[in-house]
Amino acid sequence: MCHIKVENLRVSYGDHTVLKDVNLTIPHNRITVIIGPSGCGKTTLLKCFNRLLELQDDVKISGNIYMDGVTIYSNRVDVTELRKKMGLLSQKPYPLPMSIYDNVAYGPRIHGIKKKNILNEIVEKNLKASGLWEEVKARLKNPASSLSIGQQQRLCLARCLAVSPEVILCDEPTSALDPFSAQKIEETLSDLKKEYTIVLVTHNLRRAKRLADYVGFIFLGELIEHGNKRIIFENPRNERTRAYISGESYL
Amino acid sequence: MKIKWSHIEEKFFKALMVAVTFIVLGSLFAVIGVIVFKGGRALSLSMITQTPRGGYYLGKEGGVLNAIVGSLYLGLGATALSLLFSLPIAFYLQKEYLHPRIANLVRLSLDVLWGVPSIIYGVFGFTIMLYLGLRASLLGGITALTLLEMPIMVRAMDEILKMVPNELKEASYTVGATRFETMFTVVSRQALPGIVSAVILAFGRGIGDAASIMFTAGYTDHIPHSLFDPVASLPLAVFFQLGTPFREVQERAYASAVILLVMVLLLTVSSRLLTRRAAKYVIR
Repeated sequence: MCHIKVENLRVSYGDHTVLKDVNLTIPHNRITVIIGPSGCGKTTLLKCFNRLLELQDDVKISGNIYMDGVTIYSNRVDVTELRKKMGLLSQKPYPLPMSIYDNVAYGPRIHGIKKKNILNEIVEKNLKASGLWEEVKARLKNPASSLSIGQQQRLCLARCLAVSPEVILCDEPTSALDPFSAQKIEETLSDLKKEYTIVLVTHNLRRAKRLADYVGFIFLGELIEHGNKRIIFENPRNERTRAYISGESYL
Repeated sequence: MKIKWSHIEEKFFKALMVAVTFIVLGSLFAVIGVIVFKGGRALSLSMITQTPRGGYYLGKEGGVLNAIVGSLYLGLGATALSLLFSLPIAFYLQKEYLHPRIANLVRLSLDVLWGVPSIIYGVFGFTIMLYLGLRASLLGGITALTLLEMPIMVRAMDEILKMVPNELKEASYTVGATRFETMFTVVSRQALPGIVSAVILAFGRGIGDAASIMFTAGYTDHIPHSLFDPVASLPLAVFFQLGTPFREVQERAYASAVILLVMVLLLTVSSRLLTRRAAKYVIR
């Protein structure tokens, strides 16, 4: 059942260590939520999965991450193929500077799909999956920048789904949105876990409780505890997890 | 009633900004006003449809078509050539390709080149041409102007490309795009209006320059038929006509300046209109 396995992952920016010996398994077709206070390394962990982190200067990564038992940190891994398998939904939506249609078709096009009717199908299917189709079907040629921020985030989800990933990484995907749009995204993610493995990073505990099947708690770069939602939320083993979840100060 | 200091501050700086804006706009209109006033009488259809006839520089008939065509050839040629070189250089300066420390060294060199007076490019070009045994020609002029325009174009593009948000590039990477696909489909579209501005900026500098083409392009009353013919230009036409002792010819100098101004204006506005459609797609 284990889809992604993180082994002794250690990340540092210059002299500053951000993640310390993280060990974690992420199950297939479940929503795994990583919780923890801001600045504790959650986003860094997420960016290790699709190897986006190494684009930054002065980053050292050691340890390993396996996907279906195969390492993703090896020279033989085609990074673009890996990133295609690991979709990312970021905190603030960043649609591409093109039309709504082209935003979704961008991924499939660069991976070699040229036929108009196949592209049309992909665009329609994924805009439906992200719950945006009804709102935009009449104006697919309009710039993506003309959409509201909530719609933009759903467009980004459709863009991510259009390259048929296996995993969807979400970095606080609803924190910039109004409650209504946030709820739509959450509902969509809950539906999508039938087909995808979802890893979601958040500091919002209520959201974590609603969505998670499996929870990991990161504090100051260490993965303190991880396990089933019920265990973490109702009966955490670690004192710091208990304190964070109950909202106590953890000094 | 107590007067709030912050309100005075707000009013003062607003007034200051309005004043400065009016000074700039006023100067522009003053320049246009003066040259139209002084050259308006000499502006005629024959100015833009005829080349100089015998006695033109004594006040007899003819026009500056040779200089209009020459300036277009020189300006468009040099701008096209600069664009050809500048785009790859500007992209290469980005952190995706070149180490920022080396890129900054290149940027510094380009900034120095930007500040080099255009007569230096003219003299430099002329020296090379002497060495190669070339005459003053369209080719020489285009080359000198390209040297003049390129630093401006590269640096202006570079600043625009640097401003493209990192998250936008990451959005492209996360669907499995390569660096090349990201740069040439996403980054270039986002930066397109700025790239056009860079081209216009360089073109404006190039078409208005006299010093760099004085030796390299020469001057002639004819329209060039090949890259190796000498070529006239509007800035030099202004210069030569203003240097004559005849009032009619001096008025034609101002008229030539009006023509140059209108040409730059038309090309700027039309390229702006062309990119307006693309600008709609830019992500803010």
